[in-house]
Amino acid sequence: MDIQLKRGLLDLCVLAAIKNEDSYGYQIIKDMKPYLEMSESTLYTILKRLEAAEQLTVRSAEHDGRLRKYYHITGAGLRRLEDFKEDWKEILAIYHFVTREGQYE
Amino acid sequence: MNKQQYLSRLEKALSGLPADDLRERLAFYGESIDDRMEEGLSEEAAVAQLGPVEEIAAQILAETPLPALVRERIKPRGRMPVWEMVLLVLGFPLWFPLLLAAFAVLLSVYIVLWSLILCLWASELALAVSALGALAAGILSLFRGDSSNGLLAIGAGLALAGLSVFLFFGCKAASKGAVVLTGKIALWVKSLFLRKER
Repeated sequence: MDIQLKRGLLDLCVLAAIKNEDSYGYQIIKDMKPYLEMSESTLYTILKRLEAAEQLTVRSAEHDGRLRKYYHITGAGLRRLEDFKEDWKEILAIYHFVTREGQYE
Repeated sequence: MNKQQYLSRLEKALSGLPADDLRERLAFYGESIDDRMEEGLSEEAAVAQLGPVEEIAAQILAETPLPALVRERIKPRGRMPVWEMVLLVLGFPLWFPLLLAAFAVLLSVYIVLWSLILCLWASELALAVSALGALAAGILSLFRGDSSNGLLAIGAGLALAGLSVFLFFGCKAASKGAVVLTGKIALWVKSLFLRKER
């Protein structure tokens, strides 16, 4: 898959994984597994990127006697997911254009 | 391999990263191992699921920009001993030209590589232009009634055109190879900054 496109889609998947409730690294990987396999290193890079873009925030909370980092989606993150719905319609239209069968008069 | 061994090996492999970044990454992997164990996996199995240290280190290295690595490398660790400072100053006439030379060698390797590619494309262009020229000259001769010379020129033009098409694919492959090679050299330079004695 085209690298730029894939990168954008991975961002969206991570945002979707924390959309309904805050989540943590391993849980995000597990939630995405049915759709796509992601390594810890890849996820880390994406989380950093989304944090820098202020589409999510991070907080540490105690869990079972150790610290765990939870990721929380921000307004900008939610907006990005909403924008994707509109983008998707455009992508779908392009898909139909690209894959249409030739009709010659 | 248990969690502690895995993380310390990862730490060693990534020791060229900025300290904050490294600490955060190690915590991230540590948390992931803990979460897997909480699910019932053994320590060994949890570590194995993360993948080989070398693979992770290579991926992170490729993603980290070179300036960040260099900055970390040249950051002074604590106060420099006086004798080291004196050596550094006195040795300047020695180490500075050496550094410059190393840089120049690397730069010339790049330049030679890309001039080769440029030469290839230039010959490709020359072939294509002379093919067109020969064809045009041949057709002109035919119209003037000089059929033997005209046919010869047209034949030569066609042969040149074929050759140039052939060379075009060669040029493309060579350019691609040069790009890959450039990337490999960049990665090698990065790895120089990661291998350290700390």
